[in-house]
Amino acid sequence: MTSAFEYAPAPESRSIVDVAPSYGLFVDGEFTEAADGKVFKTVSPSTEEVLSEVAQAGEADVDRAVQAARRAFAKWSALPGSERAKYLFRIARIIQERSRELAVLETLDNGKPIRETRDADLPLVAAHFFYYAGWADKLDHAGFGPNPKPLGVAGQVIPWNFPLLMLAWKIAPALATGNTVVLKPAETTPLSALFFADICRQAGLPRGVVNILPGYGDAGAALVAHPDVNKVAFTGSTAVGKEIARTVAGTRKKLTLELGGKGANIVFDDAPIDQAVEGIVNGIFFNQGQVCCAGSRLLVQESIHDELLDSLKRRLSTLRLGDPLDKNTDIGAINSAEQLARITALADRGEAEGAERWSPACELPTSGYWFAPTLFTNVTQAHTIARDEIFGPVLSVLTFRTPDEAVAKANNTPYGLSAGIWTEKGSRILAVANKLRAGVIWSNTFNKFDPTSPFGGYKESGFGREGGRHGLEAYLDV
Amino acid sequence: MPTTAPTAQALSDVTASDSTLRRFLHGLPGVDAVGLEARAASLGTRSIKTTAKAYAIDLAISMVDLTTLEGADTPGKVRALGAKAVHPDPTDRTTPTTAAVCVYPDMVAVAKETVAGSGVKVASVATAFPAGRAALGVKLADVRDAVAAGADEIDMVIDRGAFLAGRYLKVYDEIVAVKEACGTSARLKVIFETGELSTYDNIRRASWLGMLAGADFIKTSTGKVAVNATPANTLLMLEAVRDFRAQTGVQVGVKPAGGIRTSKDAIKFLVLVNETAGEDWLDNHWFRFGASSLLNDLLMQRQKLATGRYSGPDYVTVD
Amino acid sequence: MSDKTDKTEPRLSVFKTYKLYVGGKFPRSESGRVYEVTDSKDNWLANVPLSSRKDARDAVVAARKAFGAWSGATAYNRGQILYRVAEMLEGRREQFVREVAEAEGLSKAKAAAVVDAAIDRWVWYAGWTDKIAQVVGGANPVAGPFFNLSSPEPTGVVTVLAPQESSFLGLVSVIAPVIATGNTAVVIASEKSPLPALSLGEVLATSDLPGGVVNVLSGRTAEIAAPLAAHQDVNAIDLTGADEALAKELEIAAADNLKRVLRPQPVDFFATPGIERLTAFLETKTVWHPTGALGASGSSY
Repeated sequence: MTSAFEYAPAPESRSIVDVAPSYGLFVDGEFTEAADGKVFKTVSPSTEEVLSEVAQAGEADVDRAVQAARRAFAKWSALPGSERAKYLFRIARIIQERSRELAVLETLDNGKPIRETRDADLPLVAAHFFYYAGWADKLDHAGFGPNPKPLGVAGQVIPWNFPLLMLAWKIAPALATGNTVVLKPAETTPLSALFFADICRQAGLPRGVVNILPGYGDAGAALVAHPDVNKVAFTGSTAVGKEIARTVAGTRKKLTLELGGKGANIVFDDAPIDQAVEGIVNGIFFNQGQVCCAGSRLLVQESIHDELLDSLKRRLSTLRLGDPLDKNTDIGAINSAEQLARITALADRGEAEGAERWSPACELPTSGYWFAPTLFTNVTQAHTIARDEIFGPVLSVLTFRTPDEAVAKANNTPYGLSAGIWTEKGSRILAVANKLRAGVIWSNTFNKFDPTSPFGGYKESGFGREGGRHGLEAYLDV
Repeated sequence: MPTTAPTAQALSDVTASDSTLRRFLHGLPGVDAVGLEARAASLGTRSIKTTAKAYAIDLAISMVDLTTLEGADTPGKVRALGAKAVHPDPTDRTTPTTAAVCVYPDMVAVAKETVAGSGVKVASVATAFPAGRAALGVKLADVRDAVAAGADEIDMVIDRGAFLAGRYLKVYDEIVAVKEACGTSARLKVIFETGELSTYDNIRRASWLGMLAGADFIKTSTGKVAVNATPANTLLMLEAVRDFRAQTGVQVGVKPAGGIRTSKDAIKFLVLVNETAGEDWLDNHWFRFGASSLLNDLLMQRQKLATGRYSGPDYVTVD
Repeated sequence: MSDKTDKTEPRLSVFKTYKLYVGGKFPRSESGRVYEVTDSKDNWLANVPLSSRKDARDAVVAARKAFGAWSGATAYNRGQILYRVAEMLEGRREQFVREVAEAEGLSKAKAAAVVDAAIDRWVWYAGWTDKIAQVVGGANPVAGPFFNLSSPEPTGVVTVLAPQESSFLGLVSVIAPVIATGNTAVVIASEKSPLPALSLGEVLATSDLPGGVVNVLSGRTAEIAAPLAAHQDVNAIDLTGADEALAKELEIAAADNLKRVLRPQPVDFFATPGIERLTAFLETKTVWHPTGALGASGSSY
């Protein structure tokens, strides 16, 4: 921006977090090297600086961690719920105490703005543990019959877009219900999970109840396939989700999958326009659009298309892209070179297929992985960018004429995770929400999350719900 | 923003009758309160440091309408206020002057004399401020008095009763009449008393109503009710002036008044201006703070930036 | 011609031609093929359609077509219709007792108990239609100015592999929960004993149940199930009637579009069911809406 009111840099202090030069696997309450001694580097996506070297779990480590979790299961599951609850409350409190440190760490390792880790990720992480802590001794009242039983060892594989929040979504309900956990964080964002291991230590959590295995897809596959795992929970791509579903076929493993999406954000002509613009921006540029429930398709009623696009473009011009640690940064770095390449390829394809590309004037840093906020107009249902999940800051704008056309287009995707509705007419909200085949519908808002609110998809966006009372079911033998 | 952009002609048509005006105002997009407040709060988390903070503090000082609107106002009090407006920090002559002093009509002459030659404007509340419950003739006489005494700016209150009763044309006609009474010399600020209009939809409608009637500024409140300027209602009014200029080419100023007491608050409002209406409004011709105690806090912060030490109330003047 | 008959000669009965039930109609298999169904003592009972992949495909089309209206019907209306099924069955109780006795080699008394339980099962699920949403849905107290409500919704088109042994009570026990919540079903009848299932189609057709809500196919379970498990327009599959090997194979195929899978498990169909078969084919939709305050300035009242 070339405004007279130029904001001076306002970086959050990095010194609050002490990143060690190397980290081990966290198995049976101790940090250890990988059996084969392998390590990998984790870099800061905004600078490409190497943050740390992390032990890389392989099949032998998976087996060791599952055995540790199995050994811990008998005692952990036999603890009175009220005792398990107190461990989880402790964890929630320690996360709150260390939230600034964890926010900075997450921003360093993931590339997302500190504004988001500070105001969204970390508060939600602590809230999630706090919420499920309270369930641990109330499971009899959860609607799954008297004395519902845990499943055993949960193998959990999480993505890089909300590393610590996805960990919370997985671990909190698993522990509350009496399961033990082996969790594999994503290879590009292992650090916050390893810091969480330290939080488990501070909380005095019995050894083996939580095991953290940084590693790549092979470790995830080994974990999912391990015969002594009773429960598999995965958040990530639909392609991998399908592979996991095939792997567990014919077993007794309980499976929940939180996968991709191509969310439609539907704006009617009677929408509260200024708030809709904010919702659209939040819907696709929150976390650089690397969100499974992103509102990546804007469906705008044709009669207000031009006006809305003008407002949207004006608003995009005020987005501040740059140093994720700067408290005024709205758009941070893309998580990895690989993801950047995917976004770039899909955006190029959009252009090649004839959609009109627009980005605000925006200077990209010279090192790190960056992609300017981008919107495409003249997009139809037939364009690749209207069908494939881009998982980046790229919005495809389509039009509709009538509510039923809007619903038909919104539902015209194999995904079914999220959708948005913008209208001031209450009955239209209810009618449209009723017809949308998606697990989370935001009306006159977008990208809101809460530990009490079940989250999860229809169709190829996966199955099972995380959050709320519903989230308990995935970890109980019911 | 109506859904089809009306021409200037169409906009003049909307005031042809009570019903056309009503249709127009009720055709403006609705405001979702939660979304509006969330946006205002989110902009409130901007972190303004060092050079940006210095810029913002000086800008904020230059935007203050230094105000005294008490029954106990005396010429002495007004002179002290005027002196402070001209030299906010006697220890640092690089401090900008405030934009204006704001007083009751009977104090305009005194104020005018005190600030003469400084560039500081004299603003006067009028139209039976703050309730506005008087006959139009009385209100206009109030305005003419103030203008005759030399007021550069008139801060009028709208007839909230008429507005809430849906008699928009009455409100409109009154603003037009007051504008006429201001003549060419005085700029008109139209106060909505947002706390009494209660809903954000009403505030958006009032903003457009005021601008259609010729307001030079739209202003939140009198400072005399429980809720005055808030980030959310100011954000909403900034959206209104932004959209009005986009449609008509006419730029209108915004003045939040009441309740803004700290530099931190003032800077948040400037961030709202910067990121909503844009830098064209970052000037005291287009944005003002109706405030009194705010100035001292701005001055203390200014001293802190200059010296690196925290200042204290003994190092700024009591007025 | 005399119309007198010799009373000692038994009357030659009229055989029923067993047909599929698809889209509210009773077609033969498009393959034109049938297979022989016998009772437990290997006596011939009937020739029944040997459904093909195309019959399966047609059934999915019918089920998808019926889904909008059936899932959009009021829960009360669905409950009334399920209850109507029980009423119709009660009237044809003797027929089903005979068919079940023949199919499963049961005594008349035992077969009667099976049929009675099946009729009562329809009544049980009829009562669930307008209660399940209150049991599994509800408001979520989110930490913000939002109204947040979770409601169950039917998954869509469900393929049901009916139990191989319990050809009627088991059948009813797997169909009723699927459609009670608004799903539509493509049902593969017990391979060995399909006659009660095909007869049930006749009952459903006269119970105000819209055509296509339940579609009944007879034939080789593995053959029909394979294309259904892989079908991209099927949302879920109940593997109750599959053996271990087939269940695994179908679950793998089902992963292609991430069908919801209910794995086979031991069931006592005489026991009162839980709600697991209802919830297995329900999605949870959560809707957020801002609430906020009455006014921009709080309330003065």
